[in-house]
Amino acid sequence: MSTPVIRITGLGKSYQTAAGLFPALKAVEMSITAGEFVAVMGPSGSGKSTFMNILGCLDKATTGQYELDGRSVAELSRDELAILRNRTIGFVFQGFNLLQRMTLLENVALPLVYSGLDHAERQRRAAEMLHKVGLTDKADSLPSQISGGQQQRVAIARALVNRPRLLLADEPTGNLDSRTGDEIMALFDALNQEGITIVLVTHEPDIAQHAKRQVRFHDGHLVSDQLTPHEVAA
Amino acid sequence: MKLAMLAEAWRAMGANRLRTLLTMLGMVIGVGAVVLMMAIGQGAQYAIQQTISAMGSNLFILLSGHTASSGVRSASGSAHTLTVADADAIAELPGVAAVAPIHPGSAQVVYGPNNWNTAVIGSTPAYLDVRSWPVVSGQAFTASDVRSATRVALIGQTAAENLFGDEDPVGKTIRIQQSPFTVLGVLGLKGQGMDGRDQDDSIITPLTTAQRSVFGAQFPGTVRMVMVQTTTQQIMPQIEKSMTALLRQRHRTREGQESDFYLRNLTSVADSAAESTRVMSMLLGAIASVSLLVGGIGIMNIMLVSVTERTREIGIRMAIGARERDILLQFLLEAVIISVAGCFIGLLLGIGCALLTEWLTDTLVIISASSVLVAFGVAATVGIFFGYYPALKAARMDPIEALRYQ
Ligand SMILES: Nc1ncnc2c1ncn2[C@@H]1O[C@H](COP(=O)(O)OP(=O)(O)OP(=O)(O)O)[C@@H](O)[C@H]1O
Ligand SMILES: [Mg+2]
Repeated sequence: MSTPVIRITGLGKSYQTAAGLFPALKAVEMSITAGEFVAVMGPSGSGKSTFMNILGCLDKATTGQYELDGRSVAELSRDELAILRNRTIGFVFQGFNLLQRMTLLENVALPLVYSGLDHAERQRRAAEMLHKVGLTDKADSLPSQISGGQQQRVAIARALVNRPRLLLADEPTGNLDSRTGDEIMALFDALNQEGITIVLVTHEPDIAQHAKRQVRFHDGHLVSDQLTPHEVAA
Repeated sequence: MKLAMLAEAWRAMGANRLRTLLTMLGMVIGVGAVVLMMAIGQGAQYAIQQTISAMGSNLFILLSGHTASSGVRSASGSAHTLTVADADAIAELPGVAAVAPIHPGSAQVVYGPNNWNTAVIGSTPAYLDVRSWPVVSGQAFTASDVRSATRVALIGQTAAENLFGDEDPVGKTIRIQQSPFTVLGVLGLKGQGMDGRDQDDSIITPLTTAQRSVFGAQFPGTVRMVMVQTTTQQIMPQIEKSMTALLRQRHRTREGQESDFYLRNLTSVADSAAESTRVMSMLLGAIASVSLLVGGIGIMNIMLVSVTERTREIGIRMAIGARERDILLQFLLEAVIISVAGCFIGLLLGIGCALLTEWLTDTLVIISASSVLVAFGVAATVGIFFGYYPALKAARMDPIEALRYQ
């Protein structure tokens, strides 16, 4: 196996609440190598989103180590983290998180603005991504003018426009019906085929079936970590 | 990159047009007020400057004092303690450039069917020097005209216009209090005096002629006032002393007794008038600047609201790779655009109001390039200064906190 993209050791995260410190993640150990497709499962409140936010460099762990490409994330500056989020990681949210005032094309092109690409190049790459998710004809629409499934495809296009090596998705199909969810999952399968490492949170076993590996959280503990049955058979 | 940010700032402002306009209004009013006040202040300063240079420089005015003998003080100038001989004696003092004894008054003047009441000033040729008042057509009267009390006159522009209309007054005969006078020359334009009176509405005649033929003076040889011009401004205090000493000696005023004349330094009066307009215009500017400050605080207030409202947007931007400086620049740009646009509109408003003021009230206003530059500079500074804190607040947000914000 190749060297891990993600290496997590003794990771813990506690939230400050009115009732005191609340441990949402406890001593999590995990490694993910390039090209893996991991489904993160577990009951509500088990710490999946907390885990994903730390992976996505949106939040910081309270204890333990998170190494991304061999670099300890805890030691990076805010700007270095921003650059990681911009170039290395693509994040897809359950609630899409598109900017409502911008057209779909502008939404997809936005990460490229922060990479300092020129206008023509941004347009070209954003259009290309929109084409890939099948929304070329909607390029000039606003997010409010398209369906939830389409919005999530735009969000995925935005997450991928800067060609990240790691795609993180927190319940990307949570707000979608199962048919639309399947479309999104087909997209993820294709992306994984291209070599992008994917970590995806889901409640639904059907969705988790798309992954090659399934991990399960319970009360902040990583309680199981196994290959998906069809992978075992293969 | 820069252009994309400008376009975005523009869109963000367009998304809440009314609010943007209201925020801008603070800036508009502030800049408008500064421009208007500076225009009025500079206009007033210029007008005072004109008045002072029209009055003549390095001037003293001597007025006849009260008659203390009766024990009842009457108004200065009512007693005739100053004489033409006093004036001649003062002229001998070193440092005195010119001395003009004056008998002022007013009289009815007639030319043909035209009748006009105007100021009549009896004096000597030195009066024109002292007042730096040139004769623009014809010629001035001479010392010999004063000696022989010739009936000649110099006419100011306003008086000439009212008596002669388009006719050339030079060589014509006018009647002042029934006596015929030949108009020798026309005086140059002088404008308003310190007292606000139109100085061009006057006629100058030889002192002796005025006293005999116009005012029928009771005490020939005495005058109501004397104007004294010194060679430089520096020696004015010194001249003031020597002149006082000379006159007290000539009038046999005893030690400790009050002088029977009044001496005023007109130049210092004018200087203090100029100083007070300067202070006034600065004060106006300062008060107007306060409204600019209020406008700036308005911008800060709205930017803070906007940053809070857009917390989630900030979180999303951070999640896809915006660095602190990207967010900072975005919000700063919005604040600066609002303040500069407000400044531009305020500038137009201020200039408009200034011109309107000039048109309505006839006050002189001056819109200088420097005041426009100052307004723009201040607006940009206010935008950056008051936009900085909200922008920094946005830039320092924690990505996950911002994303969770509802
Ligand atoms: N900002 C926060 N402050 C305090 N406690 C929090 C915060 N965020 C999450 N928690 C707590 O941490 C625990 C884990 O939350 P997390 O969002 O990671 O769960 P999850 O597994 O994603 O659940 P779900 O499936 O419902 O999305 C929960 O008990 C939650 O109440
Ligand atoms: Mg969650």
